[in-house]
Amino acid sequence: MGKIVLNAVRKSFGEVDVIPGVDLTIENGEFVVFVGPSGCGKSTLLRLIAGLEDTTSGAIVIDGADATALPPAKRGLAMVFQSYALYPHMTVRNNIQFPLKMAGMDVAEQTRRADAAAKVLNLTNYMDRKPGQLSGGQRQRVAIGRAIVREPQAFLFDEPLSNLDAALRVNMRQEITELHQSLKTTMIYVTHDQVEAMTMADKIVVLNAGRIEQVGSPLELYNHPKNTFVAGFIGSPKMNLIEGAEAAALGATTIGVRPEHLSVVDQGGWAGTVGLSEHLGSDTFLKVATDTVGTINVRAGGEVQLRHGDRVRLSPQQGKIHRFGADGKAMP
Amino acid sequence: MARAVTPRRKLFYTLAAWSVALLIFFPVLWTILTSFKTEASAVASPPQLFSADWTLDNYAEVWGRSDYPRFFWNSVVISVGSTLLGLLIAIPAAWSMAFVPGPRTKDLLMWMLSTKMMPAAAVLIPMYLIFQRTGLFDTRTGLVLALMLMNLPVIIWMLYTYFKEIPGEILEAARMDGASLRNEIIYILTPMAIPGIASTMLLNIILAWNEAFWTITLTTTKAAPLSAFIASFSAPQGLFYAKLSAASTMAIAPILILGWFSQKQLVRGLTFGAVK
Repeated sequence: MGKIVLNAVRKSFGEVDVIPGVDLTIENGEFVVFVGPSGCGKSTLLRLIAGLEDTTSGAIVIDGADATALPPAKRGLAMVFQSYALYPHMTVRNNIQFPLKMAGMDVAEQTRRADAAAKVLNLTNYMDRKPGQLSGGQRQRVAIGRAIVREPQAFLFDEPLSNLDAALRVNMRQEITELHQSLKTTMIYVTHDQVEAMTMADKIVVLNAGRIEQVGSPLELYNHPKNTFVAGFIGSPKMNLIEGAEAAALGATTIGVRPEHLSVVDQGGWAGTVGLSEHLGSDTFLKVATDTVGTINVRAGGEVQLRHGDRVRLSPQQGKIHRFGADGKAMP
Repeated sequence: MARAVTPRRKLFYTLAAWSVALLIFFPVLWTILTSFKTEASAVASPPQLFSADWTLDNYAEVWGRSDYPRFFWNSVVISVGSTLLGLLIAIPAAWSMAFVPGPRTKDLLMWMLSTKMMPAAAVLIPMYLIFQRTGLFDTRTGLVLALMLMNLPVIIWMLYTYFKEIPGEILEAARMDGASLRNEIIYILTPMAIPGIASTMLLNIILAWNEAFWTITLTTTKAAPLSAFIASFSAPQGLFYAKLSAASTMAIAPILILGWFSQKQLVRGLTFGAVK
């Protein structure tokens, strides 16, 4: 079991309210991603759940029991840190076995569990090495190994892939997703990378200035952002948010069109000049300075033959325009 | 671009480094050489660096005329004792300053360091009176306490610097893994800070061993360490340079040997964390 409920959890550092009050339910076995820009409080929220920070008020309930005042080790959670946080003076085996040793488990069982974890994570041949002798990806696997041997009720990941290079990040992302599928344990994952959030999560929690902006499945957030913040944050390249006459014509203060929902047309639409074109083979990204709605990003499929300085006309696809009111909230 | 070092420049730097090193070491070298001379060649004019008539008589006489082992043992007890007691107090202090700092921690550290800038003579009278009235005068316990208090700011500062180098996330990971504060210190902090703790210990033993002002002022006979042993040879027999040199050599030899063998550890500890 690994159901986690946050009831009006608040955290302030002196005068500053970092988390003004969060209510959230994480179901058993869910993969939940906290996403948001730097300083939005996502790591603080994770540390509050872990018990590494004390809540100012509110309650954290883990599997029906109030864990607000419990120390980290008593919450039944395991955490993987951004910096791996391995013990540099211990071998991989001792790193993985450390939580079991602290729990007073007998050595034979410690060894059995560490070997099992090493097998899952392809670390069997590295058990006698020190962390300093491992690559970044291997170190991250050791950190995950140290977390899984405890068989926790939930895993907490604090930006675990941000120290890895791009290729390794994609691999590790898939490995963590597969691990979740095989363990079926609750996982809470913090990232500022919305691609990680979209690809890994069952449920995404978008945070901004310590507040939850929206909770939902990746596609729910992509298709039905509740407000301009979520609309702009989820999706890559980010959604074009257009104000002025074009928005007013649709009865909104702001309209949003995703770059992939714009088509190049011969007539009508928004005329403009291509400022930047990035040809990736599978996609072509254009930055177009339009005559009427400012600069907009376009994701054109495949090899589009448009270059800097070319004139172009763009039209949003039917039913793909998001409307937002003066308060920034989505309109029905 | 890498900075090019021509062989000539390299030779110049090497010679310059050796000259400075020799200049610093020269008084010690002179003392050691003089300790093997006769009293006549020790005061010869012009001075002789090397003497033709080498002798061990000075050592024999110094050994015979004073109780060297007692002075030596007092030095060991005072320097090691004050350092260990200092570490016992400084480790938890540096720990809390590094990992759970308060709003005034930095000020506190600066204040502690500023006490080292105060001239010792300024507190001579109160210290002397306190030691006399509390029965600590001319006791090893008294000197252990005095030197510990004197070096405590340095010990705390050094340990604080080493502890600050240990990433907080590693200690948090240990906490998540179920380590109590005691286990966190035993299994994680101490093994990671051992180079720092060792070099702090060595440096403070050396500082305490070489301390002369308080050890001479606050002792007469019973608790007098080797610094007082040297001083005892410079008073009435002040002109006997060879014997004084022999006494000095006997006093500095143990710490010189300790320093020589531990220099790698010392340098490693003192530059700990300079490059990540």
